Amino acid sequence: MAKHHVETTVNGDEVEFLCETEETLLDVLRDTLHLTGSKEGCASGDCGACSVMLDGRLVCSCLVLGCEVGGRRVETIEGMATGEKLHPLQQRFLEHAALQCGICTPGFLVASKALLERTPDPSEHEIRYWLAGNLCRCTGYDKIVSAVMDAAATMRKG
Amino acid sequence: MAETMTNGPSQTYVGTRTIRPDGVDKVTGRARFGADFNLPGQLIGRVLRSPHPHARIVSIDTSKAEALPGVKAVITRDDFADQSSEFIPAGEMMMNYKDVVRNVMAREKALYEGHAVAAVAATSVAIARRALKLIDVKYEVLPHVIDVVEAMRPDAPLLHDDLFTAGVEPKPEQPSNIAKRVEIVLGDIEAGFRKADVIVEREFKTAPVHQGYIEPHAALASVSEDGATELWCSTQGHFIVRAHCARLLGLDIGKVRVTATEIGGGFGGKTVVYLEPLAIALSRKAKRPVKMVMSREEVFKASGPTSGATVRVKMGATKDGKFVAGFAELKYQAGAFQGSPVQPGVMCAYAPYDIENVKVIGYDVVSNRPKVAAYRAPGAPISEFAVESVVDEIAKKLDIDPIDLRMQNAAREGTKAAYGPKLGPIGMEETLNAIKKTEHWNAPLRKWQGRGVASGFWFNIGGETSASLTVNEDGTVSLMAGTPDIGGLRASLAMVAADELGVPYDKVRPIIGDTGSLGFNFLTGGSRSAFSGSMAIVEAAKQIKTELCARACKLWDLKPDQVEFAGGQVKALGAAAEKFKPMSIADFAKVAGKTGGPIGGYGRINAQGAGPSLGTHLVDLEVDPETGRVTILKYTVAQDAGRAIHPSYVEGQFQGGAVQGIGWALNEEYIYGADGKLQNAGFLDYRMPVASDVPMIDAIIVEVANPKHPYGVRGVGETPIVPPLGAIANAMEAATGIRFTELPMSPPKVLKALKERGATKV
Repeated sequence: MAKHHVETTVNGDEVEFLCETEETLLDVLRDTLHLTGSKEGCASGDCGACSVMLDGRLVCSCLVLGCEVGGRRVETIEGMATGEKLHPLQQRFLEHAALQCGICTPGFLVASKALLERTPDPSEHEIRYWLAGNLCRCTGYDKIVSAVMDAAATMRKG
Repeated sequence: MAETMTNGPSQTYVGTRTIRPDGVDKVTGRARFGADFNLPGQLIGRVLRSPHPHARIVSIDTSKAEALPGVKAVITRDDFADQSSEFIPAGEMMMNYKDVVRNVMAREKALYEGHAVAAVAATSVAIARRALKLIDVKYEVLPHVIDVVEAMRPDAPLLHDDLFTAGVEPKPEQPSNIAKRVEIVLGDIEAGFRKADVIVEREFKTAPVHQGYIEPHAALASVSEDGATELWCSTQGHFIVRAHCARLLGLDIGKVRVTATEIGGGFGGKTVVYLEPLAIALSRKAKRPVKMVMSREEVFKASGPTSGATVRVKMGATKDGKFVAGFAELKYQAGAFQGSPVQPGVMCAYAPYDIENVKVIGYDVVSNRPKVAAYRAPGAPISEFAVESVVDEIAKKLDIDPIDLRMQNAAREGTKAAYGPKLGPIGMEETLNAIKKTEHWNAPLRKWQGRGVASGFWFNIGGETSASLTVNEDGTVSLMAGTPDIGGLRASLAMVAADELGVPYDKVRPIIGDTGSLGFNFLTGGSRSAFSGSMAIVEAAKQIKTELCARACKLWDLKPDQVEFAGGQVKALGAAAEKFKPMSIADFAKVAGKTGGPIGGYGRINAQGAGPSLGTHLVDLEVDPETGRVTILKYTVAQDAGRAIHPSYVEGQFQGGAVQGIGWALNEEYIYGADGKLQNAGFLDYRMPVASDVPMIDAIIVEVANPKHPYGVRGVGETPIVPPLGAIANAMEAATGIRFTELPMSPPKVLKALKERGATKV
C-alpha cells in the first residue's frame, strides 16, 4: 500500500511527511522528522517518555498513529524553550537536579507543562497523580515534584 | 556533621549545588541517547529469540531469510567462534566468555525464553521482521526449571552437563545446576549460639527484579572493509564493551572505537553486552552500519534482572542485646549461566555489625531464566533484607529500641568484618544517630500504620581510571572522563577540577571521551565513577600546576621553591613576589606556545581506598486491610557520603535508590507460568513505583570523611537500595503484627496473610 501523505504542524512549523499505516507518531517524530527528544521507553503507553501535546491534549505519541495527525497541532519537547530562554519548568528542573540520566526528562517536562496550563497552583498530590503516567527510575520523583511546584510558583508570578 | 578533610585547595564549588553542564541538553531534548544515533546507509537489526525456556537447537536454516530482498545479513551461532572457559571481571561480577558467547547467541541450547537464536540486518524494520519469520529453527524442547530450590534438586532438569559445583571437596562426580558454593567464617558459630539467650531463625524468599532503566538497550555499529569498527551504544562502560566485542569477534582492541552515548539509566544492567556484538557481526557481514534497539519486552526477557533468592538466617543475641552469632545460607538464582551476586551477598549479610561469630554460606544456582546482571549493590539487598528482618525480631523479643540495638552492635572503625578486612572509619553509628534525631522517628502513628528501620552496607570500589584536563588557548579547561555519566558525574568532576585549578566552574567543560581518546577505564559501577574520577582529576590538575610552576620559574628565572600555585595563580614567593605579577591559568594559556607548548594533565590511576558507605532508612507505611495495598507515608534516608561533592545529586542517589527498594519490597517481580514463560514483560504488569506511589524522600547526608580520598569522598550510589527491603518489612510487622518473609509484599500476598491470620484487628 502506498504511504500516507500527512500535512500537520509541529512546534508551530508546517511540516509534511509520508508514513506507513502502522507507523506511530513517535516513529514519525524520531525517524522521519528527526525530532529525537521524544523517547521510546515501552511503546505501550506505560512510561510516558514519548509524551507530546496533540491539539493541546497530553498524549503518548507511541499510541497515536502518524497518519492520524493530519491538520492537527503537535507540540514536542523541542518546542518548549522560547529562543534562548528556557521554559520555567526546564530552568527549575536544572536548579532542583530533577534529572539524573535524563531519558524521562522530556516526557516529564511536556506532561508537567500540560498540568500547569490547566492547574496553575497544583498540590503535591495533584502533581504526583498527574505525573503517574511518567516513569522515572533514577530520582524517586522527589526533586521532580519539587521542581514542578517551584516552576508553578514562578509562573504564577508571571 | 562530621569532620571533612580539606586537603589542598579551597573548596569553592565542591559541596555546592551547581547546575550540571549537560543539563540544558537534557531538558531541551537535545541530548543524544543510544537510540538517537543514526548513520547514512544504516540497516536495521532485529533478533530472533527462543520461544522455549529450554530447548536443544537441532538446526537453524536461514536460507529463506537471506533470499528475501532487502535482507543484507543474517547471523547465528556459526558467526561466533567458541570461547574457552575462563573467568574475567565484568562490572562487579566475574564473567566467563564461554558463557558470554552463549548468552549473546544461543549455541547448543536455548536456555531461557527470549534467548537470542539469530539476528538479521535489513533495509527496513518491516523487512527485518519478515526475515525473522523466515528463519527455520528446529527445537527439541527440554524440561525446564525456574525456581532456585527446585533447580538444586538432584533430579532437576540440567542446564549444563559440564557444570560441576565449585567450592566443595571432593569435586562432585555428577554435574548439577549448583555452580558454586561459597562460605565465609569468622570465629566459632556454634560457640556463639551457645552464648545466646535468644535465637531467631527464619527463611526468606525474594523475587527477581529488573533494573528497570527507562532506556532500552541500543547499539549502532559500523565496520569497514579493513576491519575498523565503530560502535555507539548505551552502556555503563564502553571500554568493557570494547573488550567484550573484540574478544567475541576476534578483533584487535585498537581497531574498535566505542563511544558511550548518553545513557538512560543502567543501575548495573548495562555493564554487559547483548546487542553490541550482534550489531558489529551484522555490520561486518553487510558492510553497512547496523542499528539495533531492544523493545521493552526484550529488555525484560533477555537482559539481566537480579537474582531471586531463598535465604535462611539464624541469629543469636544475649539478653542485654549483644549479637553473638550470625548464620545465613543464601541460594541465589544466576539465571541461565553461573554468576549470581551471591558472593557480595554473603560478604555484606552481616557487614553493618560487629559480631564475633559469623558463618555465611552461599550457592550460585542456574535455572531457565535470563542471566542475571548487576543491580545496584548486587546481592546485598537480598541478604541484608533477611538479616535486618531478624535484627528487628530480636529487638522486639528483647524489648530493646531497634535503633539502640543496632547502635550497640554497630560496626565501627577497627571492627573486624566477617568478609575479611578491619574496617576504617565508617558512618554506621552516625547514620543511626541522624535517624534518631529526626522528627520522623517520634511522629505519631495511627491504626494500620507502622514504622520500620533498617541499615545497609555496601563496599564501593575504585579501579582503573583515566581522565584528562586540557587548558585551552583562552584559559578555559576541557575535561575528559572515560566512565559514562549516569547521574551527574560531569558536574562533579568539573567542580573538582575548578577547585583544584582555581578557575570558575563554568569555564570547565566536561565530556565523556570515547575509547580512542583516553586510556582504559573500568566501567561506571560499584559507586566508583565520582570517587575514582575525582582522584584522576586531582592527579591531572597536579600535573598542570607542577608544569605551570616550572614555566613560571623559566619566565622569571626563579628556583622551584621560589614559586607556588595558589588560588588559581602561580605566585613568586619572598622577595621575588614584588617583582613578578602572579600569573593565572589564562595568562599561561596566552603564552603557551612560547613557554613549552600545550598545557594539560592526564590522570591515569588504579584508584584504591574506596570506603564503604553505610545507610539507615526509616519508613512509615499504612496497610489497607480491605485490599492489602501498602501506602508509603513517610520516608527518611541517612547515609554516609564521606564528602558530598554535589549534595543534590547525592540526595538524588539516596532518593532514587530508596524508591527502587520500595518497588522491590512491595510490587516488583518476575512472574513465570508453568510453561516457563515470563508473564509480565512490560511496564503495565511489572509494576515499578510511579510518582503517586511514594512520598517525598527526606535525605540526610552524613559526612564521615574517607581518609583515602583527597576530598574524603565515598561512593554513594548503591547503598541506598540496600535498607528499604528490611525497613519496609519491619514497618509491615509493626502495622499488622505479621512478619512478612517473602517479597514482594504485593496486595494479594498481604491480603492473604491478613485473612489467614483471621482477625483484622492489630
